Amino acid sequence: MNNWMIALPEIVLAVTGLAILIIGVLRKQDAVLVCTMLAIGGFLIAGLLVLNGARGGGYNGQFVSDSFSSFNKILILIGASLAAILSLDFNRQQKIERFEYPVLLLLATVGMMIMVSASNLMTLYLGLELQSLSLYVLAAFARDDLRSSEAGLKYFVLGGLASGLLLYGISLVYGFSGTMDFGRLATLLTNPAAASPGLIVGVVFVLVGLAFKVSAVPFHMWTPDVYEGAPTSVTVFFATAPKVAAMALLLRVMCSPFGHLLAAWQSLIVIVAIASMVLGAFAAIGQTNIKRLMAYSSIGHMGYALAGLAVGTPEGVRGVLVYMTIYVIMTAGTFACIIAMRRQGRAVEQIADLSGLASNDAGLAMLLAVFMFSLAGIPLLAGFFAKLYVFLAAVQGGLWTLAVVGVLSSVVGAFYYIRIIKVMYFDPAAGAFDRRAPSLSFVAGLTGLATVLFFLFPSPVVDAANVAAHALFR
Amino acid sequence: MMTVGLEHYLVVSAILLVLGIFGIFLNRKNVIVILMAIELILLSVNLNFVAFSAALGDLAGQVMAMLVLTVAAAEAAIGLAIVVIYFRNRGSIQVEDVNLMKG
Repeated sequence: MNNWMIALPEIVLAVTGLAILIIGVLRKQDAVLVCTMLAIGGFLIAGLLVLNGARGGGYNGQFVSDSFSSFNKILILIGASLAAILSLDFNRQQKIERFEYPVLLLLATVGMMIMVSASNLMTLYLGLELQSLSLYVLAAFARDDLRSSEAGLKYFVLGGLASGLLLYGISLVYGFSGTMDFGRLATLLTNPAAASPGLIVGVVFVLVGLAFKVSAVPFHMWTPDVYEGAPTSVTVFFATAPKVAAMALLLRVMCSPFGHLLAAWQSLIVIVAIASMVLGAFAAIGQTNIKRLMAYSSIGHMGYALAGLAVGTPEGVRGVLVYMTIYVIMTAGTFACIIAMRRQGRAVEQIADLSGLASNDAGLAMLLAVFMFSLAGIPLLAGFFAKLYVFLAAVQGGLWTLAVVGVLSSVVGAFYYIRIIKVMYFDPAAGAFDRRAPSLSFVAGLTGLATVLFFLFPSPVVDAANVAAHALFR
Repeated sequence: MMTVGLEHYLVVSAILLVLGIFGIFLNRKNVIVILMAIELILLSVNLNFVAFSAALGDLAGQVMAMLVLTVAAAEAAIGLAIVVIYFRNRGSIQVEDVNLMKG
């Protein structure tokens, strides 16, 4: 009985997914609208269940529900709901309106929720694959579009490789320690000197697999192509929920079973974080496609978040969680603005298409400007606080290089964010965009408000992140 | 007569893993070969799990191997489906033709 209660949100979502599959087949008209609404309803109910649900471990130690998993599940559900709302009008306009979309979204979300609740390497793999397999299909969802199918193909090949490396790491960890359970691994590794070299190699392989999923350099090659090729409604989803899930998994795996091996993995994470921050800042400068630009921007942001993990303390983890919260909000808002970029019924995605937006559509220009300033980390907007918590933790942990490189690369990054603002406000006006759907204005307005007003009410997020971070270090 | 020990299995599985990785990166011909390389990686992992499971006298490794087999089947199905829609749009599955977007 206890087992059922712990996994209730996941079970509810999975059953909703199957129900939607049946409804979608049977219903003749507006199947997509009904199915998407049901999916959003499922997300809401799952969110309430996560907030008020039972806590504790179950399924013979395979699954755990604690404040860390709840925090991340709420974040994942927020990302998935925003992506579902944004997909409604976009998929219809792009003629990829099919009811399988909400089903895949739901199944991917279930996979992510299992990932953040995993307390055994087996559950970790199962959740990761449920998520990845759904995402491969989503990337190729516009099946008559060459770019979308190419994105799906690339994502599949590189994702399969990453899963393989992760599994190889799991097999080594299992073989050299005799267990896949996080709790028992932590007890076995209390004395880091006792860890055999084979086990360390396994941990590195696991790290590589997960670094691919958060698209950290040097495993980022897939990100720009998949972001550009996939339909924008899918890109929103890719940029929000899976990033949170993979980052949460990385935090749990590195801090809870392998926490005592900090000395072994810290330098690796530092290198990956620095490389991601620097590449995210410099590679984005030359981009002309705004979706590609957002891909490089997300690589950079993952670098900043990893800086918090590198510290390996509760403060660092709190910084990462706050960072991911704000990142999801900002990114969802930015993509709502990108989806609004349509001219004569066609989606446009070049940065040049934004020129003179301020004179045609002051509201949209204003919102996009807020998101760009926030992504750049201009003070008093949410993005500034995200970076502040991470860099504070890095400085407290004595990782000065990381903090200095982070600040310098965010200065470089500010250049290309502010270039977009310059294009919108000071370049000669191009034609006006089509009237945007109310759902886009809703999402962009909501997230814009949250981005601007975060500095007034930071404490609920920061306190919840604090509790969640300490749950990892018990 | 030489006995086959755990390390022999580990060496074979490591060779299979390396073959799989090279199959993905050095292959300039056909996307189907890449799918086979991914399967090769998963099978090398399975060999590892089963060998460790036998050496440790612990069943968890064999359970995991069954799980991996199942997931590998699902992954192959999805991979082939994606290759089919790609072929429909592009008319070719040569690796050098997968170049619409430069990453």
